[in-house]
Amino acid sequence: MMDITKNFFEFIGLPVSYTVDQSALADRSRELQKTLHPDRYAHLSDREQRMAVQYMSFLNEGIATLRSPLLRAQYLLSLRGIDTESESSTAVDPMFLMQQMELRERLEEIPELEDPYTELDALQVEVQGMLKALREQFAQNYQDEALSVATESVRKMQFLEKLVVEIERLEDRLDG
Amino acid sequence: MALLQIAEPGQSEAPHQHKLAVGIDLGTTNSLVASVKSGEAVTIPDIDGQHLLPSVVRYMPCGNHLVGAEARTYAASDPDNTIISVKRLMGRGVSDLKTLGDEAPYQFDINDGGMPYIKTAAGNKSPVQVSADILKTLVARAEEALGGELTGAVITVPAYFDDAQRQATKDAATLANIKVLRLLNEPTAAAVAYGLDQGKEGIIAVYDLGGGTFDISILRLNKGVFEVLSTGGDSALGGDDLDLALAEWIAQQLGVDIDGNSVSRYLMEKSKQAKEVLSGADEATIDLEIKGHKQSITVSRAQFDELVSPLVKRTIRACRRALKDASVEAEDVLEVVMVGGSTRVPLVREEVKQFFAREPHIKIDPDCVVAVGASIQADVLAGNKPDSGMLLLDVIPLSLGIETMGGLTEKIIHRNTSIPVARAQEFTTYQDGQTAMAIHVVQGERELVSDCRSLARFVLRGIPPMAAGAAKIRVTYQVDADGLLGVHAKELTSGVESSIQVKPSYGLGDVEIAEMLKASYLNAAEDKDVRALREQQVDADRLIVSLQDALVADGKQLLSADEYAALESEIEKLIELRNGSDLIAIERGVAALSKASDEYASRRMDHSIQKALQGHSIDELGESE
Repeated sequence: MMDITKNFFEFIGLPVSYTVDQSALADRSRELQKTLHPDRYAHLSDREQRMAVQYMSFLNEGIATLRSPLLRAQYLLSLRGIDTESESSTAVDPMFLMQQMELRERLEEIPELEDPYTELDALQVEVQGMLKALREQFAQNYQDEALSVATESVRKMQFLEKLVVEIERLEDRLDG
Repeated sequence: MALLQIAEPGQSEAPHQHKLAVGIDLGTTNSLVASVKSGEAVTIPDIDGQHLLPSVVRYMPCGNHLVGAEARTYAASDPDNTIISVKRLMGRGVSDLKTLGDEAPYQFDINDGGMPYIKTAAGNKSPVQVSADILKTLVARAEEALGGELTGAVITVPAYFDDAQRQATKDAATLANIKVLRLLNEPTAAAVAYGLDQGKEGIIAVYDLGGGTFDISILRLNKGVFEVLSTGGDSALGGDDLDLALAEWIAQQLGVDIDGNSVSRYLMEKSKQAKEVLSGADEATIDLEIKGHKQSITVSRAQFDELVSPLVKRTIRACRRALKDASVEAEDVLEVVMVGGSTRVPLVREEVKQFFAREPHIKIDPDCVVAVGASIQADVLAGNKPDSGMLLLDVIPLSLGIETMGGLTEKIIHRNTSIPVARAQEFTTYQDGQTAMAIHVVQGERELVSDCRSLARFVLRGIPPMAAGAAKIRVTYQVDADGLLGVHAKELTSGVESSIQVKPSYGLGDVEIAEMLKASYLNAAEDKDVRALREQQVDADRLIVSLQDALVADGKQLLSADEYAALESEIEKLIELRNGSDLIAIERGVAALSKASDEYASRRMDHSIQKALQGHSIDELGESE
């Protein structure tokens, strides 16, 4: 029944862009959540409640997407018909892959170190730095309509985001 | 306007009549029901004036059962048939029972689904049924006191309850024939009772020392949204332990043997009374009669404090851990709310005050505060306060994920995501010619599936044979506003799909619930057809009233004159049907009017979105109330 033809940016009332004013996003999200929350419709008919759940779910997914630098980039490309999430990826720069393998080896060796936390922090900082650079590249390339280069940046971000998850998991295990 | 004449004399509700809605605190030791009456939220007592209903059910060979204080008197003499602390079993499987240790002394009957049934004299009872019996008692009490049928209830659950435990709670309500307006987190309810949702933004700590458990929750309040940052506590430490410490001391002083069951129960009861006296006085005198021998002993506040101090310190340590988990400092905490009868103990208040460096909120009776908060939300959700600006936005407490290769978890919806929410992810087959895919839904933060809670498994069948990696399976997780999950899987190239409302692996199936409900109708000797007709009429009324309200509010603005007139005549048609007694005709009429007004409903939704985006003026009005 729900016909939401708007994309997340339009729905939330922000320009379609990689750069998102996070405080404006928070404000607008809050206004819309207050309007669309199913609690507002709890005393009305089932149809209103169902619609509210659908709209609110769309909104909350939109908020989560626009908040996350990776999801946002993937979403912008998907609006242009580029699917970055499927496994069948185009080749990624071999230099980058080499670097990834080295980073992973470093991660694997951390538990054996005498002071694992120092190395863990160093790795964390390094990976975050790389991610930041990739986000900046993406923003520029996307703006310049250099979509294939932008797509490659997103694929690299995906690799690094997975590494971030693994770093956090190792941290949990060490704290464990 | 003639349209408003839809109430049947003496039968159905008039539009905008005050709806009866309650808040229910379904507790481990005690349960309560509260409602907003004449603008004030109050707990409802039973005919003897007791507000607390002990969460105890005793099943008897004749098939009847007792609930509450009377049932509790049999806890020692008839332990197999007297079910206490059933909340600990909600949403739990057979494998979880071992971890409960000696907590659950009952005889269990293990069924195929792995759900534990408790063997009682009145037959096998699931924890959901036992909870439903407690809920029914509370609802009967409320309907008696309020003088009418309830529209619905807000039921509270601990913040750390996972999907299985929440679903089990909702199933219990369904079984008790209660419409659940919302499942609400207990600490959030306590904060609402104090009106904290209206006030400042910041960190709120809810310190809940119940009879048998201690819970500490750290919440963040941001623009009316309560987010659970962390929860902690000790499931084996409660107010009863304070009583026990005193009872042991008395036994030691008097040289009595505490091992004898009846003596220890007696001493516990006396100690509990002394604890309550000491909350207001500097000393308490305890008169005892043990084996015909009368004795008296006096305990001072200082003596009592010394006895319970190690226990109180343990709760403070749990508070420290919860703050650490939430990554906040004690001085960041803006408000502290006290819940649970034992927070009346002066030492508890003192230690909490010192630790958080601020006065805790104690104005509302700590036994009632959760139910009171729930009733305030129930009143809003029932539609009694159309101008209320109150909105509780909730987040999911634990991430929802899916099992991937090698027994690893892939998160689909991360913890602390606002709900309701839907999120889809694509997967593929890993073998050539694979025609089915098993989907295992899990909840938790850990990397290994075996460390997370298994919520459900289902299989998507009928995938056309393809090369490995060629199939595209889109798995969608949809979480509703109560935090309950539905999962849908679809193979995109062929369109084959499958979905389930996630039922905990050890919950009741929909069929089981329907059958139990049917049985209960039969027992109640209520004519099923009459009931069905009434429910259908209520459905029709809701649709009619909400459309009429909508037309008054913005019908002229959003509809052309022709559309307006057409809709009015459709409404008239349903009113006519609704006043008749043809169940099927009313059902069709509701469907027809829904369809006729779908476009209008969408326009209204879009219109409110536009208004929300245009500025904050509407909302600021709401908040200044």
